[in-house]
Amino acid sequence: MKNIMKSMAALSILILMSCGGKEEKKKDGIQIGQKPAATETPKEAPVSDVKPSQTIDLTNKGIGPIKSVEIDATVDNAMAAKGSEIFKSKCMACHKPDKKFIGPAPTGIMERRTPEWIMNMILNPEEMTQKDPLAKALLMEFNGSPMANQHLTEEEARQVLEYFRTL
Amino acid sequence: MKKSINILFFLVIAAALVGCNNGNDKKGSKGQGGLSTNAAERVYVAPGEHDEFYGFMSGGFSGQLGVYGLPSGRLLKVLPVFSQNPENGWGYSEETKPMLNTSYGFVPWDDSHHPDISQTNGELDGRWIFINGNNTPRIARIGLESFKTEEIIEIPNSAGNHSSSFITENTEYVVAGTRFSVPVPQKDMSINEYKGNFKGALTFINVDQETGRMGIKFQLMMPGFNYDLSHPGRDKSHGWFFFTTYNTEEAHSLLEVNASQNDKDFIAAVNWKKIEEYVNNGGGTKVPANYAHNILDEHTHTATSTMLKEVLTVNPMDVPGAVYFLPTPKSPHGCDVDPTGEYIIGNGKLSADLTVHSFTKMLDAIENKKFDGEAYGIPILNFEDILAGVVKQPGLGPLHTEFDGKGNAYTTFFISSEVVKWKVGTWEVLDRQPVFYSVGHGMIPGGNSRKPFGKYFVALNKITKDRYLPTGPELTQSAQLFDITGDKMELLLDFPTIGEPHYAAAIPAELVAPNSRKIYKLAENKHEYAVLQDSDVRVERDGKEVHIYMNMIRSHFNPDNIEGVKVGDKVYFHITNHEQDFDVPHGFAVIGANNAELLIMPGATETLVWEPKQVGVWPFYCTDFCSALHQEMQGYIRVSPADSNIELSWSLGED
Repeated sequence: MKNIMKSMAALSILILMSCGGKEEKKKDGIQIGQKPAATETPKEAPVSDVKPSQTIDLTNKGIGPIKSVEIDATVDNAMAAKGSEIFKSKCMACHKPDKKFIGPAPTGIMERRTPEWIMNMILNPEEMTQKDPLAKALLMEFNGSPMANQHLTEEEARQVLEYFRTL
Repeated sequence: MKKSINILFFLVIAAALVGCNNGNDKKGSKGQGGLSTNAAERVYVAPGEHDEFYGFMSGGFSGQLGVYGLPSGRLLKVLPVFSQNPENGWGYSEETKPMLNTSYGFVPWDDSHHPDISQTNGELDGRWIFINGNNTPRIARIGLESFKTEEIIEIPNSAGNHSSSFITENTEYVVAGTRFSVPVPQKDMSINEYKGNFKGALTFINVDQETGRMGIKFQLMMPGFNYDLSHPGRDKSHGWFFFTTYNTEEAHSLLEVNASQNDKDFIAAVNWKKIEEYVNNGGGTKVPANYAHNILDEHTHTATSTMLKEVLTVNPMDVPGAVYFLPTPKSPHGCDVDPTGEYIIGNGKLSADLTVHSFTKMLDAIENKKFDGEAYGIPILNFEDILAGVVKQPGLGPLHTEFDGKGNAYTTFFISSEVVKWKVGTWEVLDRQPVFYSVGHGMIPGGNSRKPFGKYFVALNKITKDRYLPTGPELTQSAQLFDITGDKMELLLDFPTIGEPHYAAAIPAELVAPNSRKIYKLAENKHEYAVLQDSDVRVERDGKEVHIYMNMIRSHFNPDNIEGVKVGDKVYFHITNHEQDFDVPHGFAVIGANNAELLIMPGATETLVWEPKQVGVWPFYCTDFCSALHQEMQGYIRVSPADSNIELSWSLGED
């Protein structure tokens, strides 16, 4: 089954390649030669000049199971510590706390996103990157590298959120 | 390139269309066409829909187990058991190599024959499936949560582990009988001293009901016949086990003539409960042995192989009333017991008739000592006194019988290439259908249990010839699916099968699918070399061994640049897949690997050894298309001369 799917995928790619034609390929070659320009290309999609990762949107709650999150004025350190452990084992392969890696750094995210959006992005990344405009733009900004669904529980995602408050 | 792909693509489509037309024409001419009936509809499983049954077909000389959906006949998985599988590294990775260890050393292949699904109260329960390795005697247990071979136990004193693996109705025992008798213990002796000196071991392996772990409870050391096939008693005959024998002549050469001399051979009826009691009370003789017991731990993702040095043997003479011989005409092959446990069918492969023994009559004959002599001290029951009936002239070369739970039996006939349906109790033939060609085993889901699911019969054919597009001299085997819900069996579908399937077992999907594992939890990963956090990523040298603690997630390896490895080093790539999502395995392949690639499931750790022989900078990459950036999932390892001073270093995303 897997193999069949794989060969189907391979077949579709071959078909796409054969449909694409040579010109497309040539364009690719040029883009590689102009790497800075290429990384800016996706920026043209959003209206503003601000990168999606820097865009501030404190109203969008995203799409997913989380409709509202209560946040205490003070950080719950015990909860944040648990979140930090989860982040280390399940997220760090792609997200470094304070620098862009495969995906964006979570430092400062609480100033740019609603807590609901953050948790929905953790819990429901497939649908978010297909339907949420901001998540879609982020996927483009990060080279189409998919946000992996690491199957955190809602409680674990909440702990990770608390950890983000400490960054 | 582009053009040739297009051409190839159209060729495939054209071939498919042509193939379909041919098939229809041919079937049509035989009056069983898909167009004249709704056969196609009945095996059609729409895109996205699931099959009603899992069908497990032994992989035969591939040594594996094929998993098919029924009724569609779609191949779902080739499940590696006794043979190495480079596709996913089974038997090549450091973790799984111990699974193929035996007293003969590493044996990376086998000939797998008879799968049997675990039962509770005589009904399929979907916990495990067992299968035998025929050549180097072994029994494997496969967990039906992970669809992974979890345990393999070698059978000592056995050779040609054929009347295996069949299980008792509460999975108390998995039974493994030897087809070839051998000297026990093995010794240097003249072959022509076979008669009276060789032994046939019937091995009863107990199964822990919680873990499934197997251990040999006892070996019954029988006379040197060939123990061909077996089945447990069930319901009223639970506690007994029945084994067909041939070569009661004890010939050791030209068996096709010399083992066909006796008018009757035997079915050996073994009262295992009696022997179990004997053993539990200290009976039996412990003898030196040497056999491997291999276990794969699902938390360490690592197998261990332990050599066991002793086995308990039982001489049937020491347990009076435990073993009897049921005379059965003409070298019986299949030994099948109906769902009520009353009837024991001996499929005399050189006979034109089917012999059916009665369990009730057997008990009566034992009680009243209706014996007709003895063989090596084992009483032979009087044939006429135990006979329930004979299915007269149903066909040529009967091999195996399955049951539909509605009072009907279905017997396969190799020579006359047909399946015959007959009525249990009246022995009348109700229907016969040709198969294409030369059927071996047949299988009804649950057809060897107390509760068969009598909807389909699968004929597992030995000869394929013209059933599919030709592929040169070597063809796959062929299975055929019949609908058996009506009075007449109806052929619905042909589908190819891997290796040469012998027996098969099938189970309603609803008993297995809901428990199917999706991922391994990283938090439960206890692998010695697992990288559970990015901070654990490292490379260590221990003399000439280099251990790379690596992880992977869409779509990179960490580290992906490694330097400081030298020619002559033995490099261990220990790789942990950090995905925690269903169906996101990653592959690992490194140039010039002399073993295989790895296919690592989410949350699991596996290890590939690589021994670089050439100086240079060598790539490795992911072999399983994992994301849009799969092609970017790659890395380099630098190999320096043996005398180089370059220190180990590793990195990801650094310049």
